[in-house]
Amino acid sequence: MKHAFSRRGFLARTAGVLALPAFARLAQAQTPALAPALDPRVQAFARGALVRPGRVTLTLPSLADNGNSVPARIVVESPMSAADHVKAIRLISDRNPEPVMATFRLGPQSGRADIATRVRLAGSQRVTAVAECSDGTFWYDARSIVVTISACLDES
Amino acid sequence: MTARIQIPAQAKPGEVIEIRVLIQHPMETGYRYDDAGKPIPRNTIRTLNCRYDGIEIFSAELGPGIGANPYLQFTTVARASGDVEFSWVDDEGVAGSERQRLVVA
Repeated sequence: MKHAFSRRGFLARTAGVLALPAFARLAQAQTPALAPALDPRVQAFARGALVRPGRVTLTLPSLADNGNSVPARIVVESPMSAADHVKAIRLISDRNPEPVMATFRLGPQSGRADIATRVRLAGSQRVTAVAECSDGTFWYDARSIVVTISACLDES
Repeated sequence: MTARIQIPAQAKPGEVIEIRVLIQHPMETGYRYDDAGKPIPRNTIRTLNCRYDGIEIFSAELGPGIGANPYLQFTTVARASGDVEFSWVDDEGVAGSERQRLVVA
């Protein structure tokens, strides 16, 4: 008698289905993150312009116990003159449900390109700060941070 | 909604001064649920402006990626005595503002 639904076949299929989420998670964990300059979230800010590493210094702790309030500071090397200044700075998260954390607009009246704030981070991730200069160039710095207790995600 | 602005009491013309602001706001992300399991609607400050002596010197677009009670620190060049004035609007359309006098001499 031939069974359309054999025990062996059932086991094989079940194993496949059960393994899928595990594989998906593994793939997610192992996919190497794109270089910040190629990240589509960074590209959206640069509108296709070349985004180069340098000039920007992003200061972020390497470990945060709580992701709800993590101090972040962005300093950009710039003369901040009328001819050459930083126009805007964007903070981009790798893993937050909303990747654009903040956009700051400044100008020659700022004197220095030096901004500090406190961000929310949904888990361990890489944070990228991108600066737009008045000459149309874009610069970035990226930092990885381990977050013990994630923000945003509600367990209840 | 209240805010606290920290600026030097006095500055010299041309001096780069630090401006710090701390706004009391929950910055509700929209990703949390209340005890009944209903999603808590998002309510964050969307835009924050800073004007000094009537001229806009700094603005920020914020969102759920900024912690509750947003804190910001930035700089400006002291020109003349005038008010440093912050104004902001959140998702519920509630606007707030706060000002402090900067004396330049």
